Amino acid sequence: MTIVFYILAALTLAGGLAAVTLRNTVHCALALTVAFAGLALLFLQLDAQFAGFAQILIYIGAVAILVVFAILLTRSSDAPETGVFSKTWLAGLVIAAAVFAVLGWAVLRTAPMLPQSSTAPTVTVQQIGAALMGRYVLPLEIVARLLTAALIGAVIVAMHEKEGAK
Amino acid sequence: MTPLTGYLLVAALLFAIGLAGALTRRNAILVLIGIELMLNAANLNLIAFWRYGPHPEALTGMMFAIFSIAVAAAEAAVGLGLVISIHRHTKTVDLDQINRMKG
Repeated sequence: MTIVFYILAALTLAGGLAAVTLRNTVHCALALTVAFAGLALLFLQLDAQFAGFAQILIYIGAVAILVVFAILLTRSSDAPETGVFSKTWLAGLVIAAAVFAVLGWAVLRTAPMLPQSSTAPTVTVQQIGAALMGRYVLPLEIVARLLTAALIGAVIVAMHEKEGAK
Repeated sequence: MTPLTGYLLVAALLFAIGLAGALTRRNAILVLIGIELMLNAANLNLIAFWRYGPHPEALTGMMFAIFSIAVAAAEAAVGLGLVISIHRHTKTVDLDQINRMKG
C-alpha cells in the first residue's frame, strides 16, 4: 500500500461523491470526469497500461462529452426548486449503505485468503492484440456488432420525429 | 491490509456511491452517471484481480475489463439518447414527474 494508492483512491472517491451530490448538473459531469481520471490512474498503478489508456480515451474522451451534451440538450443544468433528490432518497441511501456493508464485510472476511502481492506482469500491447485476434476473436466480433447496433439505435432514438419537428 | 484488499474496498465504496446516486437523484442523466460509476467500480475489481491473480499472463481479467468498457460505452450512448427522446416528449428529465409509459 503506497502513498500514491491512497492519493488516487481519495481523488476517485471524492470525484464520485461530488458527481452524485452536487446541485448543478454540469458540475456533476465535471466531477464525474475527475472520478474517471482517478480510475484510469488506478489502472496504470495496477500495471494495466492498455486498460488505463482505453479508460482515458473512452470515458473521459467520449462518455463525459456525451453526458455534457445530454445535459445541455435537455437544459437541466439549473437545480429545480423542488430539490435535486428524489422523494425516496432515504430508502435509496439505506439500500446503498447496506450494499456497501455486505461488500465490505465480504472483502474483509476473505482478506486472509486473497493472494498477496506478486511480481508485476509484463504485458505488451502486442500480446493483447494477439489475444484479441486469437482466443477472444468471437467476443470481439460480437462487441463490434453491439457497438454498431448501439450507434444506429442511439441515432434513431434521439432523432427528430416528423410530426413534432419545426 | 494487502494491496488487493485496498483496491477491493475502494471498488466497493465507489459501487455504493454510484448506487446511492442512481437511487436518490431526480435527474435521469444523474441516474445514468451513477450507473457509469457502478460499472467502473466493477472494472476496477476485474483489473485488481487480474493483477494479483495467479496467472496474469493469461489476460483473462484484462480482456473482461476491456469488453466491459466497450459495453458500457454502448449503454451510455443508448441511455443518453433515450433521455433526450424522453425530454422531447415530456419536456422534463425529472424522474418523479415521468410516471406513465403512454407517450
